[in-house]
Amino acid sequence: MSIFAEVPQAPPVAVFKLTADFREDTHAQKVNLGVGAYRTDDCLPWVLPVVKKVEKMIVEDNSLNHEYLPILGLPELRSAASKVALGDDSPAIKDGRVGAVQALGGTGALRIGAEFLRRWYNGTNNTATPVYVSAPTWENHNAVFSDAGFKDIRPYHYWDGAKKGLDVTGIMDDLENAPEHSIFVLHACAHNPTGTDPTPDEWKTIAEVMKRRKLFVFFDSAYQGFASGSLDKDAWAIRYFVSEGFELLCAQSFSKNFGLYNERVGNLTVVAQDKDNLARVLSQMEKIVRTTWSNPPSQGARIVAITLNNPDLFIEWKGNVKTMADRVLLMRDQLKDKLIALGTPGTWDHITQQIGMFSFTGLNPKQVQYMIKEKHVYLMASGRINMCGLTSKNIDYVAESIHETVSKVQ
Amino acid sequence: MRQTCNSDGGVGSTENVKARGITIFSIFVDTPTAAPNPETKLLADFKKDTHLSKVYLAGREYLNEEGQTSVSPLIGKIMQQICTDPTLCPEYPSSVGLPEFTRRATELVLGRDCHAIVENRVLGVQTVGCTGAVRLGAELLKHWYNVRGVWCGPVYLSSPCDDSLAGIFEAAGIQDVRRYRYWDTEQRGVCVQKMMEDLEMAPEQSVIVLSASAHCPTGSDLSQKHWRLLTQLMVRCRFFPFFLLPAQGLCHGDFEQDAWPVRLCASLGMELLCAQSFSHSFGLYGERVGHLLCVLKQSSTLLAVQSQAEKQVRALWSRPSVGGARVVATVLSNPAHHVEWQEGVKSMVERGILVRERLREKLRLLGCPGSWDHLIQQGGLYCCTGLNVQQVEFLEKRRHIYLHPNGCLNVSAINSRNLDYVAESIHLALTSVF
Repeated sequence: MSIFAEVPQAPPVAVFKLTADFREDTHAQKVNLGVGAYRTDDCLPWVLPVVKKVEKMIVEDNSLNHEYLPILGLPELRSAASKVALGDDSPAIKDGRVGAVQALGGTGALRIGAEFLRRWYNGTNNTATPVYVSAPTWENHNAVFSDAGFKDIRPYHYWDGAKKGLDVTGIMDDLENAPEHSIFVLHACAHNPTGTDPTPDEWKTIAEVMKRRKLFVFFDSAYQGFASGSLDKDAWAIRYFVSEGFELLCAQSFSKNFGLYNERVGNLTVVAQDKDNLARVLSQMEKIVRTTWSNPPSQGARIVAITLNNPDLFIEWKGNVKTMADRVLLMRDQLKDKLIALGTPGTWDHITQQIGMFSFTGLNPKQVQYMIKEKHVYLMASGRINMCGLTSKNIDYVAESIHETVSKVQ
Repeated sequence: MRQTCNSDGGVGSTENVKARGITIFSIFVDTPTAAPNPETKLLADFKKDTHLSKVYLAGREYLNEEGQTSVSPLIGKIMQQICTDPTLCPEYPSSVGLPEFTRRATELVLGRDCHAIVENRVLGVQTVGCTGAVRLGAELLKHWYNVRGVWCGPVYLSSPCDDSLAGIFEAAGIQDVRRYRYWDTEQRGVCVQKMMEDLEMAPEQSVIVLSASAHCPTGSDLSQKHWRLLTQLMVRCRFFPFFLLPAQGLCHGDFEQDAWPVRLCASLGMELLCAQSFSHSFGLYGERVGHLLCVLKQSSTLLAVQSQAEKQVRALWSRPSVGGARVVATVLSNPAHHVEWQEGVKSMVERGILVRERLREKLRLLGCPGSWDHLIQQGGLYCCTGLNVQQVEFLEKRRHIYLHPNGCLNVSAINSRNLDYVAESIHLALTSVF
C-alpha cells in the first residue's frame, strides 16, 4: 500500500488553469489576458536586448567559473539590487545598515524573509504573529507565509469594488486595529492584482500609523521600473519608509523588469537600525538559506549584476524597461479610448489610473465567464487583465468584447 | 529603556532614528548571531593562512589536476549554443521544471526500462540542487506521509553525514532526526552490523536516508550483498528509503553501478525518494541543477503527489532556474553528447583512483602506521582518512592542510604538486599525535 495512497489532489492554480484552457481553445481570435508576463506587440515574450548582450559577454568570458555562489549569493548582485531599490545616495546604505540575501525570484525572497520573521521576530518562533496581506493580493502570499509557519494570516482592506479604487478608510481601520507588531505585506508599486497604488500622501499616512502602532513593514517589489517606466518613481514608497527610520524587509524580483522569468533572480533587502543588528540578521538568514537551496543559482544573478554595475549597460537596461512600461501605458490609453468611443456603459478612468502589468477591470464573475465562453477572451475571475496581453492587433476585438459583455450581462 | 550600542561606538544613524522619535530598540535586537557554518569558517581560515604550502582538502567541488573547477569543452559549446538559440524564450518554466530534464534525470537513475517508469509510477521534479531536492522530499514526507496518522519522523541519517542534512529536515518541520552508525573508525569502513542493529530498533514508518554510492563524507559504501540485506530489513520493518545520489557516475565511472541500490529498491516494488545533483558530473555547481525522484507504488497516486509537490515548490522558490538544466537535458538527450560526457566523467574517476593509489603508496613508503587499503576501497569525491580530531587539528595548525574535523577530505584536491606534502603531513600527524 502506497504511503501516498490518500494524498488528495491539490486545487489547481487559477492562473495556470486559465492558460491551459486558453491553449486548448481553437478560436481564431482568442486572447490570453491571464498570464503575468510581458509580451511584445506581436504577443511574444521579449528577451531584453541588454540581456542578450550581457549573456553573450558571460558565455564568452573564460575567466568566469561555475563554482557555488556564496550562500547569501553574488555580492555584486546583492549590493547593486539593494541600491536600485533604495537609491544610489541612500543614507541607510551609507550607514552600512543595509544588507541583502540573493534569492530564487521574488518568491524565494519572500520565503527567506518569512522564515526569518517566524523564527526571530516578535519573540522566538512566534507563529501567532498576525500577517496581513491585502484583499486581494497575489495568491501566493498566503502560501509563502503559511508554509513558513505563520498560523494567522489575515486580509487587510484594499480594493473598493464600488468606487474601483483604493479603500483608504478600510486600510486605515485595519492598521489602527491590528495587534501591535503585526506584519504587513505591502506592494511597493503596481499592486497585483488591482494595479491600484496609494498616492504619496496616502503612503505617508500609512507610514505614520504603522510607526505609531509598531507594525512590521515587508515590501514586495516585483515591478520596479515596469510600472511607471522610472525606477526611482516606482521605489518612492520603499525609500520613504526607509527615510522615516523603519527597519524593514523588501523582497525584490528581477523576473519582470529583466525578463528573466526562468532564471529566478531575486533579492531580499534588509534595512536594519545599524551594522550590528544587520550582521546578526544576515547570519540567521544564511542558516535558513543553507537548509532551503544552499546556494542560489549563478546565471541570472550574473546578468543582473553586470548590467546594474556597468553605467552604460545600466542606462541601456533602463531604456529597455521603459520600452515595456511605455507599451503597457499605450495599451491602457488605447483601451480606455476605445471603450469610451464605443459608448461602453460605466466609467473607464480606472484603466489609465491603474499602473503596472495588471488592471482590475471591474467585470464581475458572470461577465468574466461571458468573455471567456462567448468571446474567447481569457481573464481572471476577479476581472484582472494583463495589459501585456493586449496588442495593436487584438485591442479592437477586446474592446468590442468588453462592450458587448457589459451591455448584455449584468 | 534598553540602549542599542553600535559596535563601533558610533552614534550615526541611531541619533537620526532617535531624532525622529522612534524607539531606539532595533526590532532585531534579540536576534542572536547564528553559529557560523563550519565549512565557511574553515575556508575563511584557509584564505587568511599565508603559508606557501597550504592545501585545502575540505571543499565540496571536484578540482582538476590544476586545482580548478572546470567544465568540459562540450559543456562550454552547448552553453554557447543555448545562448544564441533564438527559439528559446524566457518564459516561466513549470514548478516541476523542464520536462526534458526531469525525464532524462529519471532515466539516468532508474534505467529507461525500469518497470516503475513504464507503469507511470515515477514523479520527477527539477530542484535547486541536491539541497532543494532533499528539502522538497522532506516537505512531501512531512505533509503527506500517512495522511491518516500524524507522522513526524523519525528520519535516520548516517553517522557521519553531510552536516547540512539534519538542518534541512528540521527546517521542513521534522524534529525527530536520529543517527545510525555507519563509519567505523577502527575498521576504517562501514560497520554494517551496527548499522543493521540500529535500524532494527527503529520504529515502523521511519525514513532512512541512504547514500546510493560515493557516501559523503566518508566515500565508503555498502556492498551489493549488504544492500540486499538492508532492503530486506527495510521491507520487513516498513521503512521508507530516501536516497542521496549527488554524484552518479563519479564513484565507479559507471552510471548503472552507482545507481544500483536505487534500482534494486525500485525492482522490489518499493516506494522511495532519491535526491540527485548534476553539480559534480557536469561541473555546473553554480547553476544548481538538482532533481527529486519519487517512485510510487501506484500510478493512481502520481497526479495527486505531483500536484502537492508543485504546491510545496510554489511557496519555496516558485519554479527552478532553467539554465543549467537545459545544458544537462541537451547532453543527456543526444547520444553522441551523452557518450562524450560519460567519457569525461570516467576520466575524472580514473584520476581520483590514481590519486588514491598514489597516496596509499606514498603512505606505505613513508612507513605510515595502520592499513591504508580503505583509501582505494572508497570511491567518489570523498575519502575518510581515519585521522582523529587532534590529528586533523595538527594538520591544520602545523602543516596548513585543511580537512573536515571528522578526518574526511576531498580527493580531487590532491594533485601531483601537493601529494608528497600531504602524505608526509599525514605521516607526521599519525606519528606525533595520538
